[in-house]
Amino acid sequence: MTLAAPNYELLHQEGLETSLLEISMGPHHPSTHGVFRMDVKLDGETVVDLKPVFGYLHRNHEKLAENMTYLSSMPFTDRLDYFNSMTNNWAYALAAEKLIEVEVPERAEYLRVIMAELTRLVNHVTLVGFFMNDLGALGTPLMYAFREREKILDLFEQASGARMMCNYFRFGGLRNDVPEGWLDRTREVVDRFPAFLDEYERLLCENEIILSRTQGVGNLSRELAVNAGITGPMLRASGVNYDLRKVDAYGIYDRFKFRVPYTDGDTGDCYDRFMIRMLEMRESVAILKQALADIPEGDIIGKVSKVFKPKPAEVYGRIEGPKGELGFYLIADGTTKPYRYRVRPPSLINLTVLRDMCLGGQIADAVIILGSIDIVLGEVDR
Amino acid sequence: MSILGGGIFKGMGVTLRNFVGSYFRKERLTTNDYSWRPENKLPQSIGDYPKEEGEQLSDTTTVNHYSRNFPMLLHDTGEPMDTIRCVACRICERECPPQCIYIEKSTEKKEDADGKPQFYPAKFDIDVSVCMSCQICVEVCPFDAIVMNSQFELSTPDRFGGLLVRRDDLLKSNDYYHKIHPQEAASRDQKMADEKAAKEAKKKAAAEKVKAAAEAKAAAAEAANESKKDTE
Repeated sequence: MTLAAPNYELLHQEGLETSLLEISMGPHHPSTHGVFRMDVKLDGETVVDLKPVFGYLHRNHEKLAENMTYLSSMPFTDRLDYFNSMTNNWAYALAAEKLIEVEVPERAEYLRVIMAELTRLVNHVTLVGFFMNDLGALGTPLMYAFREREKILDLFEQASGARMMCNYFRFGGLRNDVPEGWLDRTREVVDRFPAFLDEYERLLCENEIILSRTQGVGNLSRELAVNAGITGPMLRASGVNYDLRKVDAYGIYDRFKFRVPYTDGDTGDCYDRFMIRMLEMRESVAILKQALADIPEGDIIGKVSKVFKPKPAEVYGRIEGPKGELGFYLIADGTTKPYRYRVRPPSLINLTVLRDMCLGGQIADAVIILGSIDIVLGEVDR
Repeated sequence: MSILGGGIFKGMGVTLRNFVGSYFRKERLTTNDYSWRPENKLPQSIGDYPKEEGEQLSDTTTVNHYSRNFPMLLHDTGEPMDTIRCVACRICERECPPQCIYIEKSTEKKEDADGKPQFYPAKFDIDVSVCMSCQICVEVCPFDAIVMNSQFELSTPDRFGGLLVRRDDLLKSNDYYHKIHPQEAASRDQKMADEKAAKEAKKKAAAEKVKAAAEAKAAAAEAANESKKDTE
């Protein structure tokens, strides 16, 4: 990786004594998406060095989970990435299901896919709203995004009883069946969503201010993205065709026809990352339409004994979360509690390239680069 | 793209459409309209909502069939402490992720709704300032004794004692449960009735088996006696 050399010539200009300026951005800066700090070294407005500082929201998630039963840590996974509680639940359930032999019923598999794709819509639409907020488009895009998100959160509430902390997945299936008429309401929301996307694209995608602020800013090369272990939309924006829904085909993703949007990898800038998410929402709608058309009747949870006590084993369950590869690594030692419980958080690992993307750019660009990474501090700090 | 700023004007058109459209179509509104709700009182249960046909989707549904806020203890029809379902087995206390339940088991047994002597919780406290409404206690309870309440107006000036809910305040009748979660309560009652029937059938089968075994034994003894007689 190449680092932009700081412009030290400025320091020695005749009659002008300057020095580097150190700024601590955060932890309560509105653009840092939570309690997150960036120690930035500036030469004028150019970023010379940047150090992300996190851990303010550390809640001891992993150690807590090692001291309670397998089921008890399910509600805590909601609080990792609090926008996507459904996919967090799924990743954990997927890992735990590898410990025991259980067949997930057909209807539960379909509902899982529906919930996960709705979550992806929620996440991406919110991300785009906040990204615009970081750019200075205060209000309008975010309010439109939240309006659509609220419709989906209503569906989550009707199915699981909570808008955000859903706690809906169980080992071997789901907690309860969806209420009567829920699928019809979901169809209605999904059918209307593309119209909103059209409108949203008209609102944002050709806007000259957005184009000039995001294009060529925060470039991430394909090599660096792969070497740093970046996953999710950010990796695909850097030109790598990698989607766990295709690679692993976990659940029943092999039954659906959908495309994985990725760029040619020339730039991998903020605009690419923004557009990839817009395109991914369309594919999610396509998956949702297929799943809602095919969903069968039937049981909602497989045969799982009430006491979850797996044999000693080591498993890793991963899914393509809206932010990237979300994995749970469990070591069972034959008791009712996991011996080791580890989360692979996509937000944290995607955040590691922040410095490389910001170096040499403007301080104002650092804000939008952070916004385009799509982090949630609940997951970064755990 | 032809003219500079064309994209911006295109976006302005979208905002204009949304602005004008919000007067005619409710789904274009970025905020929720709560004016149709009762003025002086927030709804406490699903029955309090004056819902119109198809209203549910566009409004935030704070109370629905699966809504959960904090747990409550169930008792069957009758005096609360005489018909309490909880037998203080303390499974929920162990499983509760944030550890907000505190139970003390009674020292002596008392007859429950079926007339069977059972232990009961001498103390059952839930600290609702710690509870995270996850419903794990409901799922692990083998006696269907604890379920989620949907009441959410719980503010109190006393942040320690006021938010520690004691056993007698937690106790709610099964009828109340039917009122707030009709579908869930009906299916739970059905499940309990099925389990009871299965248990009784099993008991009956076991009793018959014992009876048959006794009979067979008696017959065998008789046969042995007779053979003994024959040899004599």
